[in-house]
Amino acid sequence: MADYSVPELQEDIKTPALAVGTMEHLKPYPAIEKHMVPLGFPDKRVDNWQQKGIEKLGDMLKKYRSLQVYLDICVKCGACADKCHYYLGTKDANNMPVQRAELMRSVYRRYFTPAGKLFPGVVRAADFDEETLNKWITYYHQCSQCRRCSVFCPYGIDTAEITMAAREIMDAIGVGHKYSTEIICKVHDVGNNLGIPKPALKGTLEFLEGDILETTGHEVRLPLDEEGAEVLLVAPSADFFSEPHIQSLMGYAKVFHQAGIRYTISSIGAEAANFGMFIGSFAQKQKIAKRIADQARELKVKRIVVGECGHAWRVAYSFWNTLNGPFDFLDPRYPVPQHVCEFTYDLLKRGALTLDKEANDQYVVTMHDSCNVARASRMGDQPGGQFEIPRALIRAACHHYVEMDPDTTHEKTFCCGGGGGVLTDELMDLRVAGALPRVTALKQVMKKDKVNFMALICAICKAQFTKILPLYHIPMETVGGVHQLVSNAIQLGAKKGIV
Amino acid sequence: MPSFELNGHTYETDEDGYLINLSDWSEDVAKHLAVTESVEMSEAHWEVVNFLREYYEEYKIAPMIRILTKAIGKKLGKEKGNTKYLYDLYPGGPAKQACKIAGLPKPTGCV
Repeated sequence: MADYSVPELQEDIKTPALAVGTMEHLKPYPAIEKHMVPLGFPDKRVDNWQQKGIEKLGDMLKKYRSLQVYLDICVKCGACADKCHYYLGTKDANNMPVQRAELMRSVYRRYFTPAGKLFPGVVRAADFDEETLNKWITYYHQCSQCRRCSVFCPYGIDTAEITMAAREIMDAIGVGHKYSTEIICKVHDVGNNLGIPKPALKGTLEFLEGDILETTGHEVRLPLDEEGAEVLLVAPSADFFSEPHIQSLMGYAKVFHQAGIRYTISSIGAEAANFGMFIGSFAQKQKIAKRIADQARELKVKRIVVGECGHAWRVAYSFWNTLNGPFDFLDPRYPVPQHVCEFTYDLLKRGALTLDKEANDQYVVTMHDSCNVARASRMGDQPGGQFEIPRALIRAACHHYVEMDPDTTHEKTFCCGGGGGVLTDELMDLRVAGALPRVTALKQVMKKDKVNFMALICAICKAQFTKILPLYHIPMETVGGVHQLVSNAIQLGAKKGIV
Repeated sequence: MPSFELNGHTYETDEDGYLINLSDWSEDVAKHLAVTESVEMSEAHWEVVNFLREYYEEYKIAPMIRILTKAIGKKLGKEKGNTKYLYDLYPGGPAKQACKIAGLPKPTGCV
């Protein structure tokens, strides 16, 4: 196993002194022809890439007024500077959100403002040249689009939108990231990010049914492609592959079983994730999301429930209707879409489920809010439901629950360090450093309150923490899904159906 | 494209050293890949590699980790059928490190 440089943990999250270029060396693997062409991108960097890139920026400024506003209105107040986990972990000045955005603002000034066109040196405008592109490739892949900086921006500038725009421009000139483009190709070819073919998925689900039967004595089903089911369950494909993700999948299955609600997973739609958002491509986002809408129609379901996947929930909650709506073929009595936490919580309130808290007595639990759920969506019918509903479920499933430092939770939550399309091995040094603020806050409650379980609702966070926490000497079993706790606590067979 | 030389042959890999052509795999190649990963291959290591290859042959994907742990538990004894044991064998993770030595492609996605 490679050696990663792990930052030293402090008692508290501290703003480091600025350093220059500490992360300059860390670049994503370039996308290759076979993953670029199917997505409609050039096979390699186009000859006139400078001109094409500037044109693309011009097009986007016309299309997305928000982008132009974000590029125009920053007053460099610095409120965002120390809010990024990557800056806090790497000390690299270009990882301060204002400085990262400046990499595009300086190009924007050069070609789209009178002062920049006439006196580029005076307004510190930059040519879109090799040096600039190099910085874009590096630092726009050191942003996880978590939007924590935006919470603190007095103007509400969404730096994630700037990162997305930069990646869209780079894809347009044939400079893509292998990780995201390869995965998007797999979604189109096979139906999910992991590339699990239908026979393997079927075998996996049958295996899990056997596993649950063995441990609980109950015939809990994990049905695939069953037409006429009430609910289409759309989970991230990691739920069919990795630990601890699988534990949450079994939790959802037990909830459906106990409530007596017929559901199905779709082999074509066995992926909630939508990496189209990470690369800033509306067309890809729309195409990936369309599979779900199509499958819901084909399988004649009445509801769609989305599993524990952070950015998937943002895409579903905030964008599905625009991308592929209207969803008027679904049952209007239920939210479209419905988060699995919302679904389970509703059943719990209606008395359909019994949870035995003692089943989780070995745990002192805390909750890590995942960025896309926390800052880019809601849940339920009350403001803040995206924070309260998962917590209500955790509290219903265990006796011991504590919060981390409030400056690191709810809308001020810190990214796990692996979101937004950077969950790839070549960026491990970034991922390790970016986890520093969250790990610091976790260590505080581990010490003070003996916390030994951090519950969350995102597949990326689960994968990231499972890999990163051991490097900070925290066992990987410390992280798991909210439905893992539900799965442990749910009483099967005591009663069945909605009351 | 990255590659490595072994016994006079050139083997193409991806940037992280995973074989591009699955048919290039042999026990010698596995031993070489294990060295690059600082993994000393024991009988238990080979059981994991062999199971991964058999599963991949049938399903064209690596197995879910739980399927792997159960299979290893059956072969090597119940006390070894758990994730911890697999991580003891392959500290870089059974999904990624063991797949690499078994000549399987790197799993992609939120893993």
